[in-house]
Amino acid sequence: MSSYRIQGTTGEWEVVIGLEVHAQVTSNSKLFSGAAASFGAEPNTQVSLVDAAMPGMLPVPNAECIRQAVRTGLAIDAQINRWSRFDRKNYFYADLPQGYQISQLYHPLVGEGHLEIDADEKAGILEAKRIGVERIHVEQDAGKLMHDQHPTRSYVDLNRSGVALMEIVSRPDMTSPAEAGAYLRKLRAILRYVGSCDGNMEEGSMRADVNVSVRRAGEELGTRTETKNVNSVRFVMQAIEHEANRQVDVLEAGGKIVQETRLFNPDTGTTRSMRSKEDAHDYRYFPDPDLLPLELTEAFVEECRASLPELPDAKRARYVDVLGISAYNAAVLTAEVETARWFEALLDEGAEAKQAANWVMSELFGALNRLGKSIEDSPVSPAQAAELLTLVTDGTLSGSLAKQVFEKMLETGDSAGTIVERDGLKQTSDTGAIEAVIADVLAKNPGQLEQYRSGKEALFGFFVGQTMKAMAGKANPAVVNELLKKALG
Amino acid sequence: MSVDHATVRKIASLARIAVTDDQVEAMVPELNNILGWIEQLGEVDTSAVQPMTAVIPNVLRLRDDVVTDGDVRDAVLKNAPQAEQGFFTVPKVIE
Repeated sequence: MSSYRIQGTTGEWEVVIGLEVHAQVTSNSKLFSGAAASFGAEPNTQVSLVDAAMPGMLPVPNAECIRQAVRTGLAIDAQINRWSRFDRKNYFYADLPQGYQISQLYHPLVGEGHLEIDADEKAGILEAKRIGVERIHVEQDAGKLMHDQHPTRSYVDLNRSGVALMEIVSRPDMTSPAEAGAYLRKLRAILRYVGSCDGNMEEGSMRADVNVSVRRAGEELGTRTETKNVNSVRFVMQAIEHEANRQVDVLEAGGKIVQETRLFNPDTGTTRSMRSKEDAHDYRYFPDPDLLPLELTEAFVEECRASLPELPDAKRARYVDVLGISAYNAAVLTAEVETARWFEALLDEGAEAKQAANWVMSELFGALNRLGKSIEDSPVSPAQAAELLTLVTDGTLSGSLAKQVFEKMLETGDSAGTIVERDGLKQTSDTGAIEAVIADVLAKNPGQLEQYRSGKEALFGFFVGQTMKAMAGKANPAVVNELLKKALG
Repeated sequence: MSVDHATVRKIASLARIAVTDDQVEAMVPELNNILGWIEQLGEVDTSAVQPMTAVIPNVLRLRDDVVTDGDVRDAVLKNAPQAEQGFFTVPKVIE
């Protein structure tokens, strides 16, 4: 449960949040036409006569879009409706040449499901929580309007028109901006694991309509507002924060909340009423006579189920329970599908799980951060990293030498073995050589030696450091420790 | 079921059809006649009949996910009342 409350002048208010997420289905072509669905093409070049709604054109559904929506439903443990139907949602706007959007109101493809958000004490989410998903339906995206190209005209690009979307409708189960953020992040992770949506919020592949209402503890649900098309996790959280506070102000001033559509302004973090659409809410839905009901065979659904990968929650549990990785590391390594893939490739190359997890979390992430690269563009491959880690395990490299070798791998792209040979970075366990250096260090630091022997044992680290320094970091630290103890003892 | 003047005006406005007062005046009885005629169907008991979705038994055919269309911008824009730089243009609509 979240302890999030809005502190009004007359007392505390609870916030109730539901999200409708529009996720673009990953596909080559559109939902009902053979035009390309990719992002960023020249205007109106990915438009067929079907998408432009020329008279007489008929929609034919894309099997892959249906398949991906079913897989998404299965990934959130949802009921799959083997019989569903498409409806027309009628409205007039310049981004919608048909005059209606083909959607699924009455019989959606996917029914009731749920996902789990994780506890995050810092964010005020005290324990893991199940968030219900009411339904997922498949529908067409609209085109794009540009208002800044001409003083009196709006430009219309229909490339997006007809691209397949999944509308994923949550239950109003969230009670704080943090819970809504966690839900969106988890949903995005699942979509990306499943491969049904790339989750790219900047390019508009995922956007959310945010339903918010407030109420006094224990009271009935208040009137909600819907803030449309918010396109980042942070903005969704800001929109909720602002909208909840606005509603509390209105109610405490004796006003009433109007059920309405609002727009979020990312520059100010505020929402404002979108009054012009008030009248347009009469969508006059009816079954699309161009499309027969969508009937799926048991075999189709089973094929979808069989094709699902291991999902983030299961993967994280396995990392902890089977691989022995810490809960925190497991959570970070499984949060993004690319990270998990890279990490598992590293294990496939023979790296030991716990060592590999620590190395990825500290060394690899540190380097990628510094270079401003994502893990998919890592200059070091899993195979190269596995070789480096093996050199640590077999005692050829100490931890600090491994860091040096890794830096050179990043710079040159050479393998760890090559660098060790070429630059002579091998760690030495040669006791004779190390003893000679230790004797030298002790001779050069009589003061510290005196203090150590009179009880200042913290100086042990100083001698280790001096010895390692004199050996350019190449001495085996375990051997140095052992020999130093003997020499100092 | 029947419609009044206000409903006819609202439906026309939702459909973006301009209607004059005279037209509304004529349309109200016309539509009500049609609605009354269709309402006769309500006399048949259909409580045990599944809604018919197609005249012949048929299933919705799905297509493969391949790009087979598009890249016909000139054809798409050909009938546009106004187009510029590859875009349709319309009177400015802004929220």
